[in-house]
Amino acid sequence: MRDSSHSFAPVSEEKSPDTAGNDEAWNRPEFIGQLRRGDQGAYAELVTGLGPRMMVTACRLVSEEEARDVVQEAFIGVVKSIDRFEGRALLSTWIHRMVVNAALTVLRRRKRKPESSIDDLLPRFLEDGHRADPEGPWRSSEPDSYETVATRRLVRESIERLPASYREILILRDLEGIDTQETADLLGLSPANAKVRLHRARQALREALAPHMVEVAA
Amino acid sequence: MTCRELIDFLAAYLDGDLDEQRRSVFEHHLSICPSCVDYVKSYETTVALEQRLGTAAGDELPEELPEGLLDAVLAAVRSEKDR
Repeated sequence: MRDSSHSFAPVSEEKSPDTAGNDEAWNRPEFIGQLRRGDQGAYAELVTGLGPRMMVTACRLVSEEEARDVVQEAFIGVVKSIDRFEGRALLSTWIHRMVVNAALTVLRRRKRKPESSIDDLLPRFLEDGHRADPEGPWRSSEPDSYETVATRRLVRESIERLPASYREILILRDLEGIDTQETADLLGLSPANAKVRLHRARQALREALAPHMVEVAA
Repeated sequence: MTCRELIDFLAAYLDGDLDEQRRSVFEHHLSICPSCVDYVKSYETTVALEQRLGTAAGDELPEELPEGLLDAVLAAVRSEKDR
């Protein structure tokens, strides 16, 4: 009999990729001053330091070719509007949001294909409300135990196969660490609808991962 | 509460958005349903794996900046200074 008294911790609400590095350094008043004065060395440092990460973010949302334009547009936006940067957020977060906004603009401009329904990717239920095909426990509930390049590729590819609107919200909330309110604003949704869409996206991703994660019978 | 309802309410439960009565019903169902315990654990693992993909972007980082990016930004800097 498995233990069913597990206590579940809330899913982390706030996470930003920008907390991973030494991003406070970009907010040094002297560095911001150099940017405001149009110091070429400071801009070279900024683009060289943050450019690769911003490319990763953009490539999650749009093609690599489009990502190059998105990142360039965002950094040129920094040049033009650095005087309006008030320092309330990290400079890296400010630029990150410019990249996300520019990528979402590209996505909106695309002539969207009719989106496939997510219903086929969600768990199925019997009439009495039980799951139709529970797969049993996963090999582990410790994410560390799945930390392999192959697992990261599997997760990435499974996200890529989700319908576009579900993929976008998953990337913004769970990979890019943008909070519910800001994600809702970026996607033109109410926070309640953003939560519903995110939950369905996570369920669909869980279903896609499950066959690869269950314990193999001895 | 059925398994289907539990899964519907799962995100609200994990976000702490359920009222006390519904939370109590939710947790009672978990105490008697190993299948839903498995589901909740795997859902949390899924989210954790995604979040790690977001922070562990090392294997995705391009080795070089896109060609022309730095030149384009520096040209914009010169252009702004000239205005």
